[in-house]
Amino acid sequence: MTAVSPLTALDRLEAESIHILREVVAECARPVMLYSIGKDSAVMLRLAQKAFFPAPPPFPLLHVDTTFKFKAMYALRDQMAAELGMQLLVHQNPEALARGINPFTHGSAVHTDLWKTEGLKQALSQYGFDAAFGGARRDEEKSRAKERVFSFRNAAQRWDPKQQRPELWNLYNSRSLPGESIRVFPLSNWTELDIWQYIEREQIPVVPLYFAALRPVVERDGALILVDDERLPLLPGEVPMMRKVRFRTLGCYPLTGAIESDADSLAAIVAEMQRSKTSEREGRLIDHDAAASMERKKQAGYF
Amino acid sequence: MSAVATTVLAPTKDLLRFLTCGSVDDGKSTLIGRLLFDSHNLLDDQLALLVDDSRRHGTRGAEMDYALLLDGLAAEREQGITIDVAYRFFATARRKFIVADTPGHEQYTRNMVTGASTADLAILLVDARKGLLPQTRRHSHIVALLGIREVVLAVNKMDLVDYSSAVFARIADEYREFAARIGIEHSTCIPVSAAHGDNLIEPSSQMPWYQGASLLRHLETVPIPDRASTQPMRFPVQWVNRPNADFRGYAGTLVSGQLRPGDRVRVLPSGRESVVARIVTAAGDLEQAAAGQAITLTLRDELDISRGDVIAAAAQPPMIGNQFEATLIWMNEAPLLRGRSYLMKIGCRTVQATVAPLKYRIDVNTLEHQPTDLLALNDIGVAELSLDQDIAFAPYAESRELGGFILIDRISQQTVGAGLLHFALRRSDNVHWQAIDIGKPAHARQKQQKPCVLWFTGLSGAGKSTIANLVEKQLHAIGRHTYLLDGDNVRHGLNKDLGFTEADRVENIRRVAEVAKLMVDAGLIVLTAFISPFRSERGMARALFAADEFIEVFIDTPLSTAENRDVKGLYQKARRGQLKNFTGVDSPYEAPLRPELLIDTASQSAEQSATRIVEYLRAHGRLWT
Repeated sequence: MTAVSPLTALDRLEAESIHILREVVAECARPVMLYSIGKDSAVMLRLAQKAFFPAPPPFPLLHVDTTFKFKAMYALRDQMAAELGMQLLVHQNPEALARGINPFTHGSAVHTDLWKTEGLKQALSQYGFDAAFGGARRDEEKSRAKERVFSFRNAAQRWDPKQQRPELWNLYNSRSLPGESIRVFPLSNWTELDIWQYIEREQIPVVPLYFAALRPVVERDGALILVDDERLPLLPGEVPMMRKVRFRTLGCYPLTGAIESDADSLAAIVAEMQRSKTSEREGRLIDHDAAASMERKKQAGYF
Repeated sequence: MSAVATTVLAPTKDLLRFLTCGSVDDGKSTLIGRLLFDSHNLLDDQLALLVDDSRRHGTRGAEMDYALLLDGLAAEREQGITIDVAYRFFATARRKFIVADTPGHEQYTRNMVTGASTADLAILLVDARKGLLPQTRRHSHIVALLGIREVVLAVNKMDLVDYSSAVFARIADEYREFAARIGIEHSTCIPVSAAHGDNLIEPSSQMPWYQGASLLRHLETVPIPDRASTQPMRFPVQWVNRPNADFRGYAGTLVSGQLRPGDRVRVLPSGRESVVARIVTAAGDLEQAAAGQAITLTLRDELDISRGDVIAAAAQPPMIGNQFEATLIWMNEAPLLRGRSYLMKIGCRTVQATVAPLKYRIDVNTLEHQPTDLLALNDIGVAELSLDQDIAFAPYAESRELGGFILIDRISQQTVGAGLLHFALRRSDNVHWQAIDIGKPAHARQKQQKPCVLWFTGLSGAGKSTIANLVEKQLHAIGRHTYLLDGDNVRHGLNKDLGFTEADRVENIRRVAEVAKLMVDAGLIVLTAFISPFRSERGMARALFAADEFIEVFIDTPLSTAENRDVKGLYQKARRGQLKNFTGVDSPYEAPLRPELLIDTASQSAEQSATRIVEYLRAHGRLWT
């Protein structure tokens, strides 16, 4: 027998994620994949295509929309839905819509809570999903680093970090009590660098905002905020300036800071990642709200 | 040094998964935090946050509290302890690492087990001032059980013992001796100070007497075991892929061996065979697949295969069975009870498993086997499991995937235990019954008797052998065909490989019961004279026979009487501690609840007792056909 070339670290991560995706589909009645249009979602979606090929992924995509995403994100979302032939569910919290919740007048905490946390909970119970895939990674943040791959939520969608199930080997216990649901994180063991190396290897389409380009930005509280369109109210004295910037992470455009960068290709991004001295969360304003804020948001039902 | 962070990472570099474990306050989280910091794997904003956190939550005064990098839960920061496993990711020029930083409190052992289950190497910390603690031994034991063969003993806080080589040598010697006893093949002892960074990245100038590698150098160079690729092909079917009537694929992860189109395979437990047609991926069909790959394959023949079946190399199929001995690690507040039924998830299959009997629990300090009726939270023990269906399996020592399982409570749905298969108790599915024309009825007719087994049980010195011997003489005198299986005699031959540990005593009884069964098949009236102290083993023996064939004879002699007789001097030895696990002294005797015959030796002589037993046989029609 000729030797089979050994698997690389990236191959092993891919195989582990595919195993997790298949396990949920085999054991859960109504799974759904949270699709946030970012780089992690893009990788997770590609892994799902691989896991179930030649069948399409046997679950719908769910986008919990805040109406404040970048225009380029909506464009890629609609393009992907058309190309993949998967069902795409878009949920906007009707209460947030009716009350016109936005980060400018209500602040990032209220904005995130109503659009994202509440919106997600509404959508999951409205459709009766018993398992939801999310693209979160353990290297993102300290409370994520503590979370299981199969993470249980009670009927009120709350996470109890002190009562997590043991999780051994690749044996995931997907059995839940009535009313409980599971958040499943197939990318738990990936790092940001793994994500970019995989996007480069697989040539996965991502939102162009990840690549450096000259863009109009204003500087607020030390963050570079993109003037995506006329929805961004300029503060007195603010004049948009053209800077060569890109995004390491994409969320709501008023809450996501850009970084100055010349990385305009996947290879350049990977090289930049390896030199980076800061974490990607630095650009996310919502994570700075309070210490241990992620754990609190997660306990309340945030992904 | 600065090269560590900026080296360009080739995506092909290998991956080492390890955990840190040991007793509480031995400095696990600090060690990892410091390792990340000193190897330049901390980012600027993480560092700024750490400085801020150390000021607010730190336990180290003005210094940085590296543990706060990992203790990410609010409750952990408030209490200054680690509750759940944290995963951290870092890389050096040579390797990528995934670290599971696990809690030291006994209360959170299940979280440590979670972190250990996927690790290739364990860093076990001890405080140089305290040496090996019960929790050090417990974690070592779990690490050994889970099949982690590489252990680093990091003797921490060397700064607090003046970097003494003698202190280090004493702890290292003690640990090596313990590690060898529990089956850890490689243990490397390194003296460190996590708080000051000694011997973490670079050799410490404080300990010139230590000639070995620094911790990071060791982690970068230790060989990563790859047993999976050299073992026979195993492919548990995870999901059947049927997008349309023309395609039927089997999705799963190749857990060991290699696979190519054209390979002959056997499907278990059905035993049907076919040939691999294609290995299908989104990027086109593969010429071959390697262990660890998640693939989809198709077979040439239409077979009935569903989730949980195992596709294996036809020439080297795994065994199948439905009764096993296994080690259990109990992880729930509600104890494991003998006889209770749980869901067992092994590979991609979920079956029903009943625990009976529970053989013993292991004292993690002395490694002694202690008889028990239950396993409490964090206990480790050995039990027999009966499943409601056959599964393909391998001993855990050969295959984590085919030998590791979890137990799930059927009501709470919680994962309550983890298990490691040893071997099947009855390989009835490999050994088919040979149809024999002359069966039990024919044998019995020829002997003109109804075969049965008289199962004598009671304390050592109760009079089992004496009475059984008298019974056999009476039966022989009236022309009955008999055989007496006596404890001491059997141990000279059939069971001379067995000692007196709990496990061996159970096996002793199992073999005797099986031999008695064969002899009953042959038409004999069989007498067995064994202490057989446990209800579960007697119950196991009883289950081998028809309801009226098994006659349990309880020779009821008080312990004081038996001990006074002490014909063989065994009680004396046991009392002096020269005999372990001696029934009545340091091992329990579980009296039968409903024996067919209760013989009270205080009120009747051995001869009277024997006559009463023969009368019982006569009255129940066993002596003549």
